[in-house]
Amino acid sequence: MLDIFDISIQMVMAQVAIGLINGSFYAMLSLGLAIIFGLLNIINFSHGAFYMLGAFIGWILLSYLSVNYWLALILVPIIVGALGVIMERFLIRKLYDVDHIYGLLLTYGIALMLQALFLNLFGVSGEIYPVPAILEGTMNLSFMYLPIYRGWVIFASVIVCLSTWYFIERTKLGSYLRAATENPELARAFGIRVPILVTLTFGAGVALAAFAGVMAAPVYQVSPLMGVDIVIVVFAVVVIGGMGSIGGAIIAGFGLGIVEGLTRVFYPEASSVVIFVVMVIVLLVRPSGLFGKAV
Amino acid sequence: MNDSLLCVQNLTARYGESQVVHDASFYVNQGEVVTLLGRNGAGKTTTLRAIMGVLQTRGGSIRFGGNEISSLTSDQIARCGIGYVPEERGIFGSLTVKENLMLPPVVSDNAMPLSEIYSLFPNIRERLASQGTHLSGGEQQMLAMARILRTGAHFLLLDEPTEGLAPIIIDAIADVIKMLKARGTTILLVEQNSRFASQLADRHYVFEDGTIVKEFTNQEVLDNPAQVERYLSVEVVQEEEGSDA
Amino acid sequence: MRIVFFVSLAIFALIAPFLFYPVFLMKLLCLALFASAFNLLLGYAGLLSFGHAAFYGTAGYVTAHALTNWNMSFEFGLLAGVIAATLLGLAFGMVAVRRLGIYFAMITLALAQMAYFIYLQAPFTGGEDGIQGVPRGEFIGLIDLKDNVNFYYVVLGICVLSFLAIYRIVYSPFGQVLRSIGQNPDRAVSLGYSIENYKLGVFVLSAAFSGLAGGLSVIVFELASLGGASWHLSGEVVLMTLVGGVGTILGPIVGAAIIVTLQSSLAEAGQWVMFIQGAIFVLIVMAFRKGIVGESLDPHSDVRKALRNIKRKATDKEAALSRKSRGGEK
Repeated sequence: MLDIFDISIQMVMAQVAIGLINGSFYAMLSLGLAIIFGLLNIINFSHGAFYMLGAFIGWILLSYLSVNYWLALILVPIIVGALGVIMERFLIRKLYDVDHIYGLLLTYGIALMLQALFLNLFGVSGEIYPVPAILEGTMNLSFMYLPIYRGWVIFASVIVCLSTWYFIERTKLGSYLRAATENPELARAFGIRVPILVTLTFGAGVALAAFAGVMAAPVYQVSPLMGVDIVIVVFAVVVIGGMGSIGGAIIAGFGLGIVEGLTRVFYPEASSVVIFVVMVIVLLVRPSGLFGKAV
Repeated sequence: MNDSLLCVQNLTARYGESQVVHDASFYVNQGEVVTLLGRNGAGKTTTLRAIMGVLQTRGGSIRFGGNEISSLTSDQIARCGIGYVPEERGIFGSLTVKENLMLPPVVSDNAMPLSEIYSLFPNIRERLASQGTHLSGGEQQMLAMARILRTGAHFLLLDEPTEGLAPIIIDAIADVIKMLKARGTTILLVEQNSRFASQLADRHYVFEDGTIVKEFTNQEVLDNPAQVERYLSVEVVQEEEGSDA
Repeated sequence: MRIVFFVSLAIFALIAPFLFYPVFLMKLLCLALFASAFNLLLGYAGLLSFGHAAFYGTAGYVTAHALTNWNMSFEFGLLAGVIAATLLGLAFGMVAVRRLGIYFAMITLALAQMAYFIYLQAPFTGGEDGIQGVPRGEFIGLIDLKDNVNFYYVVLGICVLSFLAIYRIVYSPFGQVLRSIGQNPDRAVSLGYSIENYKLGVFVLSAAFSGLAGGLSVIVFELASLGGASWHLSGEVVLMTLVGGVGTILGPIVGAAIIVTLQSSLAEAGQWVMFIQGAIFVLIVMAFRKGIVGESLDPHSDVRKALRNIKRKATDKEAALSRKSRGGEK
């Protein structure tokens, strides 16, 4: 078998596959963050908390109401999206006239509250969410046995990311969003109901995070800490991809997942920090990110 | 004044700390083309923005079609049937030409069908897939006007449509405005170029230091252009001995 | 009025260790210094850093290491920590301040998290256990710092000097340029100031003072741990500054006092402390953006107006009631 630095190509491919799985979540989460940032101009610190909330609501629905995974994939984003709409309408909207850091701080406060609430209710150790029956088992790729569910994660997130990208870049409603992002005042003067668009966009963004949460439940443990751990990494991903670039967020998400996986093969101790290191390098070379618009 | 399509009374408007428009009153009748003339900074653009609701801090009364619109938001005002072509033309760079064209919603039955728009503006049909800001200044202006035609808005706010454009394009824009007028569209035009304005307009208001100082009929301007010119140029031009028509 | 205030504050500070537990007071002072350092950046230059604990924690580890393993004296160990934090501030600053105002918070958070993960794994930090048994030593070879009361006065002295230094910085020409950058960056640029250099400068200063606070804290607790470099502490210092009042000198100190007191009184409540902190964040952002000191200093503050209205209604009510009762007696 072909060897790179004494490490078999199988091991490399296996870690790339795992990296793609992590990357799926990075991509979905950074997509939501980028969309929210583009239109609202706030950095949504609570994005990770909504991801965690999505996973927990999915788990609660299953454990107490016997709502299965597939139904949860539809219901949970709707529930969390509604919460997001309420949060935007009654809290975030009041902050549009003041310095943008207050929006950031508000979402940070909400994130703390959500995390603390769930830590109190469920403790630090995670809950297990079983893989849905249809997706159980593994498939034999020559270099590894990939659990079918994880293959599904990659597949579904690519579909979701591409659909979202298509919706924003190629549809009429997407054009409203892009116009409002570019110049909200002007878009309004052309008859676009910008405030409603903003509210719905925030709701959709966090609904996407919640969707990712439900998808994540069978892969990682459902724990109150899952949000904060991942959101800081996603921040780095968004900075690398370039704020304001939807495509950049998606590509950076998947790409950095792979980079992280490869690092785990060759230099495992660095795998938890490699994305941050990449961020530093990108910032020094291209301060607006790889696909970002030059400031 | 009371059955005018647009009736503005005692309008005041601020930009941040400074008051740019104080106590401006004017009206536009259905089917008229009226211009707001004046130097840079006189308050003309601010007035348009105030009417459109883009400016938050405004006072006074703005009545459109008999209804008070001064407290409406700009999207509500747009849906009343007012079309706005701002000074910067308002073409979105993140949208294609086609998307820019289709962006504002149709507000009346008078909307021009796409086929007619394409035959009037063949340049646009050719460049439908380009990004909005890849068009030249003149093409963007045409796109901005085509966009309004498509919505069927019956009242237009046009802010300096000829600024920075070549004479050929200016003529083309004049033709479009004449065609709009022929279709019964009411137009409030902001211009510094009084010669352009006098080709098209029925009446002119002159703005100076944030308020209206003079009103002219178009005939008065045609008979004695110098009397308007002095409000627009930096130096005071000696008035010719002219006959009052 | 002001003189009375400061004199009473000074008297209180001097007798405090006999009223309260000295270690608690020293913790408060360290965090107050940390918050003041943070406020230099946020309140005056308008830069929100969400990773400031990296400087606090780094200095803590270096100082702890210097005192424990390199047998440095108190002063030099502390200095080593400050230098480490300053250098880290320079490194982070050069990456973070480049033109990216909006993303600054995210970048600083990510950089700090990177440091955290390195500290989690690096042998010299002792990982989850931290560096334990950090010796107190002596102050200039004369005062034994193992005595908590003695140490309190030393910490008090260092912190007061630092607060004064920060005060001088804020009102110096450098500080004035800083404040203009914070309020109106475009005007500052048009006046010819190199914004980035000023931002970098204040960032490094802020890191240095944060390091001083962090270094002191490990000597106070005789322990350097991961908590000193965690995002949670970074968030707390933001909270303290916000509660007290961004852009005021006293604000961060007041804020630190409130949050630290809150935490110790809720120590049994476990995770509810985090919940309450989050709720305070939300409350302050929505209603008390100027913080306690800011609102009390601002004559136009909405909070003050609201309080005055309540007062007025109360006295009106009283007057009406007394009129009624007098009328009834007729």
